[in-house]
Amino acid sequence: MDYGLDTKSTRLKTFNTIFIITWLLIACFPFIWTFWGSFKVRADFFSRSDWWYAISAFNTLIETGGQFTTNAYTQAWTEGEFWKASKNTIIVTVFVVSISLFLGTLGAYALSRSTEKYAFWILMAALIFRAMPHITLVSGYLFPFFELQIWGILPTTIVVLVAINQPFTLWLLYSFFKTVPKELDESALIDGCSYFQAFRHIIMPVMWPGVITAGLFSLMLAYNDFTVTALLLNQENHTMVPKIQSYLGTNQHEGNLMWAVSAVVSATAPLFMLVMFFQRQVISGLTAGAVKG
Amino acid sequence: MPNKTFFWFFLPTGLAMILFIGLPIISTGIQSFYAQHDQVVKEVKKCDPFGCTVSIVVDNEETSKIREAKPLGKFNGFGTYTDRNHLAVDEIKKFWNETENFGAFVDQVTNLPFYKALIFTLTYCLFVTPNVLLLGFIIALSLNAVARKIRGPLIFGTILPMIVTPLVGSLVLFWMIDSQGIIGANIQNLMNDPYLSLKSSKTLTWITIIIYGIWHHSPFAFVVFYAALQTVPQEPIEAAIIDGASRFQRIKHIVLPHIYPVVTFVALISLMDNFRVFEPIIGFSAEGSAQSLSWLIYDNLVNEEVILFGSAAATSMMTIIGIAILLAPVLIRTWKEFKTAR
Repeated sequence: MDYGLDTKSTRLKTFNTIFIITWLLIACFPFIWTFWGSFKVRADFFSRSDWWYAISAFNTLIETGGQFTTNAYTQAWTEGEFWKASKNTIIVTVFVVSISLFLGTLGAYALSRSTEKYAFWILMAALIFRAMPHITLVSGYLFPFFELQIWGILPTTIVVLVAINQPFTLWLLYSFFKTVPKELDESALIDGCSYFQAFRHIIMPVMWPGVITAGLFSLMLAYNDFTVTALLLNQENHTMVPKIQSYLGTNQHEGNLMWAVSAVVSATAPLFMLVMFFQRQVISGLTAGAVKG
Repeated sequence: MPNKTFFWFFLPTGLAMILFIGLPIISTGIQSFYAQHDQVVKEVKKCDPFGCTVSIVVDNEETSKIREAKPLGKFNGFGTYTDRNHLAVDEIKKFWNETENFGAFVDQVTNLPFYKALIFTLTYCLFVTPNVLLLGFIIALSLNAVARKIRGPLIFGTILPMIVTPLVGSLVLFWMIDSQGIIGANIQNLMNDPYLSLKSSKTLTWITIIIYGIWHHSPFAFVVFYAALQTVPQEPIEAAIIDGASRFQRIKHIVLPHIYPVVTFVALISLMDNFRVFEPIIGFSAEGSAQSLSWLIYDNLVNEEVILFGSAAATSMMTIIGIAILLAPVLIRTWKEFKTAR
């Protein structure tokens, strides 16, 4: 609301600045602190005697001879097999994003161009599906998957994540397709294109911003998922997030908690970079469904 | 679009949703009527010079044979729904007859696992959702007032809590609040109580998880409100300023009515998401004092001896009913709108 008539008093401005700085501290400091702490030894980051050790690196100096150490990272990635988890995460994410987008664009295009009543009901059903807690679906999967002996492998998880992701992808892409004027594909149809040709050659080229947004959200879902991956994958195939949880569980090993800290940083950094790069798309995606009503 | 074309376009995604969202719900429903087999026991007669004793042992061979023949378990009807771990019908009747006053009765009932989890889930929803709306709106107003040039990085910083997965988000906070972390240790010093810690108090755990929920979900409300604020028309606001309306009056009478549909949207989405709260309980290792419905299901599914499919499925079905009750007003409203539109 920047306009000439609205004059703000200095007091209000100061108050506003203080508020924003406080909020940003609350929002960001935990991440900065964890990043800082991941380069210390456990006795410093989880200090029994004095929390200031985390800053002065008292024990890190004694144990490693330096202010900072990357021991936690090297151990987690090699001994903790975090490399395997990140490899699995990459496989799952790539497949989930591409399959979701393929299915989602086709379905959402059909929904946006249909004038029939059932299109409305399908969208409503998708909304109900979106509300289902993932853990209730997982409790439905486990038994049949055990029986069919497809439990624990990556392809099953990929298909499940794609399906869970479809309702949201459909809604998102539906609202984007609605903004593409109907005349565009209608004229292509008159020129003799089939629906699929119109979709492929006329609509898709103008849809890239929407597709990128939907892709980002699929990516975040697949990358961040805990419920499905923790329960549907065996130890060998675990992705990053269940792997982090497994570091917490095994307390016998002194270094394990620091593995979790360094793994958290390793898993979060690429996500932050991605969001920094695509910030505009993330925000337009979150608001697409809301603002247009 | 002709029906036939629609069908082929929609088939892949429709199939995916029916197979992996629709069918699992039905599968959960069926599983909830079955319970795992009891272990088969046999009598073993053991004789030694001092006489014979009959002992009862588990017949592992028979047990696994039955399990293999009927992997779904034995039919249990609504037995799982009414047992102690779910609706606990018998226990409630007993408490009702035995306890003297209503307070004691409520105390007893809220100690049953299902009701305990239900109460935590509802408390979490009740406290987190309104605060998320409020905080998100204030941040949006506040950021909307700063210079356009520096908004980008500020928005990035604001949405960080939202983009990390709940497990990581709660861990990052937990490591600070823990008695050995930076905030926890300082609070101990401040209160002069070396035994003060998150795990020691149920109330403290609940408050922490609720604060975490607000921290995690507010950015979402912020982003939507911020985008909605960009669409508020300028003329009525300028007119209000000329008429001498205060800042608060302008927000109350012009901005809020304009973004009202968005507020209901955010409220609905965050209610749906809060109802499935589960990962923070693991992140904060708060299983001891805070359990949610989703956590109960998870706990049944990771059970070490035998996975309690029936128990998990019954809790799932009741969770789904809970979601349906939450969604009902919205669905009824949409249906009415749809009917009048025709």
